Amino acid sequence: MIAAMLSEAWRALGANLMRTVLTMLGMIIGVGAVILMLAIGQGTQFVVNQSIESMGSNLFIVLSGSTTSGGLRMGSGATPTLTLADADAISELNGVAYVAPSAPGVAQLMYGSNNWSTSVLGTTPSIIAVRDWKVVSGYPFGESDVRSATRVALLGRTVVQNLFNQGEYPVGKTIRIRQSPFLVVGVLGPKGQSLDGRDQDDTVLVPVTTAQRKIFGTQFQGAVRYMMVQAVSAAAMPVVEKSMTQLLHQRHHIQEKMDDDFSVRNLTALAETAATATKVMSLMLGAIASISLLVGGIGIMNIMLVSVTERTREIGVRVALGARRRDILAQFLLEAIMLSVIGCLVGVGLGVGGSALVNKLTGMTVVITGDSIVLSFIVAAGVGVFFGWYPANKAASLEPIEALRYE
Amino acid sequence: MAEPAVVRVERLHKQYETAAGPVHALNDVTLSIFPGEFVAVMGASGSGKSTFMNILGCLDVQTSGEYFLNGTDVRSLDKDRQAKLRNDVIGFVFQSFNLLSRASLLENVGLPLVYSKIGRAERNERAKRMLDSVGLEKYHRSRPNKISGGQQQRVAIARALVNNPRLILADEPTGNLDTKTSGEIMEIFTGLNQRNGITIVLVTHEEDIALHARRRIRFKDGFLVSDDEPRGKPTGSRQ
Repeated sequence: MIAAMLSEAWRALGANLMRTVLTMLGMIIGVGAVILMLAIGQGTQFVVNQSIESMGSNLFIVLSGSTTSGGLRMGSGATPTLTLADADAISELNGVAYVAPSAPGVAQLMYGSNNWSTSVLGTTPSIIAVRDWKVVSGYPFGESDVRSATRVALLGRTVVQNLFNQGEYPVGKTIRIRQSPFLVVGVLGPKGQSLDGRDQDDTVLVPVTTAQRKIFGTQFQGAVRYMMVQAVSAAAMPVVEKSMTQLLHQRHHIQEKMDDDFSVRNLTALAETAATATKVMSLMLGAIASISLLVGGIGIMNIMLVSVTERTREIGVRVALGARRRDILAQFLLEAIMLSVIGCLVGVGLGVGGSALVNKLTGMTVVITGDSIVLSFIVAAGVGVFFGWYPANKAASLEPIEALRYE
Repeated sequence: MAEPAVVRVERLHKQYETAAGPVHALNDVTLSIFPGEFVAVMGASGSGKSTFMNILGCLDVQTSGEYFLNGTDVRSLDKDRQAKLRNDVIGFVFQSFNLLSRASLLENVGLPLVYSKIGRAERNERAKRMLDSVGLEKYHRSRPNKISGGQQQRVAIARALVNNPRLILADEPTGNLDTKTSGEIMEIFTGLNQRNGITIVLVTHEEDIALHARRRIRFKDGFLVSDDEPRGKPTGSRQ
């Protein structure tokens, strides 16, 4: 019975091939668009989530204050008002896991005949935990290196690739940073792009004291541009923010009504905003694509109504020969479902192919999950049932004598 | 079964509501048709013969009165049960053949068996036998539009017979055929009636066609105005 009905439906669709193909096209485009848009949306989400993860979690960045000289206001971090002593004090606060004072700069690196300009970050071993770096070979430098300002460096992957020849093992080698020799003690694992598109692996970590005394020099001994502060948990973040601000007010002798000489930013909150934004974007993409699926469904309904009218007499004959209401209903419903499911199959192919093409042409990350294929399949079958129901019901409700008389 | 008549109608009324007021399509029709009879239903258009045939075929329901088909009170059945009854008991032959143009002759003939849930193999087997019996053994896989009108009507007869009906209802089966082909079709009907004892009710407005039947009934303005054999005796030999 089922097999007979399937082949019957197949033949009915084949009888008017052009019309069938055009009707399916609506479905094909709809499903294809949904798959493609979901792939792009999920790809974006994937990239954003990855860079959020690579940033580290529950993070604050505390920036040194701005300065005003001759009416010219410099940006945050222009005056290094934060000190290593501030960092030590903050690390004593409840709810603070790690503090990594940071003195960034740009320097020329040399090894053998290669040289490379990169950002050099003077910091403490805490940075490893705060930024969730992995040390893939060698070891990170320690507190003693910070205390005695040793010339040791941890290299990011991009730096290794540009400074060393392929296959060369960097740990234990001596490189030059602004002419001073530094011992490479370790290599950092890859992190990829940051949220704003910078290459996070294009960096060198050195002890903060070494950076200040032996590479960049500093206006005030022990002052840093900013520090990264990691709270023990997301729940502890508001408390940490408050106590940290109070502590810095106290230590910097800032009275009420005075401007702060530092600022505290909640990086995790920013990242969450970015994550929410991409999520909303990917939902919107899916929703817009779903509209084309809906339009495809209406196309199916339209053509099924035409088909029912055209085949009124056939329906009458079938009823006279003993077809029950549900036989007629099933026949037309099956046709509508077949239309939408075949359309859906082709659409999935189109969506997957289209995603691959987008990836190839634009380099955009696309993620196609089994879920999105299964989902669009279920939706397509649902569309077939939903939009096929009315025409099929109309067919099943025809009065046999009227139907037989129909010319 | 205690009911010997294939068809028994009593005081049958059918009334249609139209814009111009009610139309009485059938008035007080009472008759019985017994197994093995060959009945011609005659009358001008608008006489009520089509309405009568529709009610007989369970395609329409009377306004009042009784109709027993094969002993079953048709009005007491819902539409699906009526469909089942049609499928089991009645074979239809139409003026315009009404074959499905996309299906092969074999599939057309097997169609009633689809609705009585008979499997593909048996369906094809029985359809083949039926097609062969009406002399179309060479055309099993052909489409209806490849054969002549007379051949199409033979396919329709094969389709009507495939589920072993007790009653064949033929609505002007020769209306679209030339005289010679009409004769051939009528011979098939006569043969079915006489050799196989199948009860046939045939609508026609042509006297010579009606002569093939053993009993002729006439409608006029919704009334049954004449009946050759009001008590309805079987004329064919029952097997």
